[in-house]
Amino acid sequence: MSGNDTIVHDGEDETTRRDFLYIATGMAAVVGTAGALWPFIDQMRPDASTLALASIDVDVSAIESGMSLTAKWRGKPVFIRNRTDEEIEEANSVPLDDLKDPIARNDNIAVEAEATDFNRSAGEGKENWIVMIGSCTHLGCVPLGQAGDFDGWFCPCHGSHYDTAGRIRRGPAPTNLAIPTFAFTSDTTIRIG
Amino acid sequence: MSGHSTYTPNSGIEKWIDARMPLPRMMYDSFVSYPVPRNLNYAYTFGGILMVMLIVQILSGVVLAMHYAAETGVAFSSVEKIMRDVNSGWLLRYMHANGASFFFIAVYLHMARGLYYGSYKAPRELLWILGVLILFLMMATAFMGYVLPWGQMSFWGATVITGFFTAIPVIGEWLQTFLLGGFAVDNPTLNRFFSLHYLLPFIITGVVILHVWALHVVGQTNPTGIEVKSNTDTLAFTPYATVKDGLAMVVFLLVFCYFLFYMPNYLGHPDNYIPANPLVTPSHIVPEWYFLPFYAILRAITFNVGPIDSKLGGVIAMFASIAILFVVPWLDTSRVRSAAYRPWYKLFFWLFVADCIFLGWLGSRPAEGWYVVASQLATLFYFGFFVVIMPLLGLLETPRPLPNSITEAVLKKNDDAVAAQPAE
Repeated sequence: MSGNDTIVHDGEDETTRRDFLYIATGMAAVVGTAGALWPFIDQMRPDASTLALASIDVDVSAIESGMSLTAKWRGKPVFIRNRTDEEIEEANSVPLDDLKDPIARNDNIAVEAEATDFNRSAGEGKENWIVMIGSCTHLGCVPLGQAGDFDGWFCPCHGSHYDTAGRIRRGPAPTNLAIPTFAFTSDTTIRIG
Repeated sequence: MSGHSTYTPNSGIEKWIDARMPLPRMMYDSFVSYPVPRNLNYAYTFGGILMVMLIVQILSGVVLAMHYAAETGVAFSSVEKIMRDVNSGWLLRYMHANGASFFFIAVYLHMARGLYYGSYKAPRELLWILGVLILFLMMATAFMGYVLPWGQMSFWGATVITGFFTAIPVIGEWLQTFLLGGFAVDNPTLNRFFSLHYLLPFIITGVVILHVWALHVVGQTNPTGIEVKSNTDTLAFTPYATVKDGLAMVVFLLVFCYFLFYMPNYLGHPDNYIPANPLVTPSHIVPEWYFLPFYAILRAITFNVGPIDSKLGGVIAMFASIAILFVVPWLDTSRVRSAAYRPWYKLFFWLFVADCIFLGWLGSRPAEGWYVVASQLATLFYFGFFVVIMPLLGLLETPRPLPNSITEAVLKKNDDAVAAQPAE
């Protein structure tokens, strides 16, 4: 081996054409293997039919004050509630310092917006409406409505209490119930997603 | 331990095979002439029992898969069809479901044996690590199998367990969606869990082969913890160990059959006979009994630790409670293997066993009131046993005098037994 090398090489440590070929072949093999592996990993991601369920329209004309509706969006329940005046008042009376999670978690407004009742609601003129993903932010159970120590929602799995604006007040859940992207497309229809 | 081969092919066909691929020679050397310590007790029979359980699970699983359909619309009813319509389907499904439980009973006893007799110590670290790897794979397999009947506990168990991943900062949500193949547990999840549930047992089989290979390189430990020194310390695997293992298997399978035929749903949860409903969570979610101690540890972390919130902390503690087993060979500083000669370690070992059972019970209780505080204390002891007691005892404890050899220990025991008998 070393005998052959001294014949091929002019200098001892000089990079040769063969070194280049070795490295280039090795790199091609690595990139090729990674490329061939990619589809095996990529197939795990949500498929086209799952992503096609990205938005739904919900008719809320029948939901009077104090009534709720649960829609199914992306396989998860979405709570839509027409809140009573007392519930809004109760949520408004809470100082922001008392909140475990002070951020609104509302996809329709700024990311760092404060978790005021207004920022949690459907907005100007629609303060009575609240639309939230009904999936506890702890480990994903469905909280029960109008239950718990803060008259909002209560998750029976590990004991998280949410208030009337869906904000986490006590228990292991780290954040407020998430508010998905949604809009009133008419006075009686909500489009989620 | 693995001395030179004593296999002698007799017939022409045996010689023909032996010259081409000496599989019969390997089997003979591994399971017939293989020397085992002569003082092995019944605690050493669970390895063989686990082999049998793995085969029971694979066989019953393969035939169940001939009747099961992994599609959310029909999964639940296909399982009911197995129970009502398929010939002997009820027996096969109960065998598979209870088999999982008995697999875990055997594996926990097998691990307790290892912890008690110090089986993980040099030169058996790799043997032990392969065992912990098998435990991890078993847990993943059991979890995914429990999802397949698509009952309420299947669905919400899957939701809660995959919810662990959302605790990971930054990539958590993305990772959960990736694993589920959607935004919630749904048909893509069921399909991939079925595929993986079918695959993993064969990977377990592969790691089991490595585990047995590693065992046959270093040889078995024994209740004295002293290495084999001479031929008088050992007996041939067949018939001595085979017969002892065989009796233990019969007794174990009798208990298994009692559950199978007389109380097949005792270890299960009635909520799993309600079809999965993504809009309603059962009021009390509990995992299968063999996950309860770890579930209790998950829920014990109700406080934030620095930048780690309680949710991430719980998930870390739960995974750490199993992962810590990987480093047990280096946490135990004692030069004496067997708890039989370590009075303090023996005491703490039994306290640890009691602690694990207590944690299991706490895991079945709701997370409220004094249960939470008790879970926290039991979790503290669980980790304290490994990271404080194990390293310190090796330095502080005075072990009892060890016999010079296995043979000496066996003969002394026999003499004592004779001396204890009344003179006739």
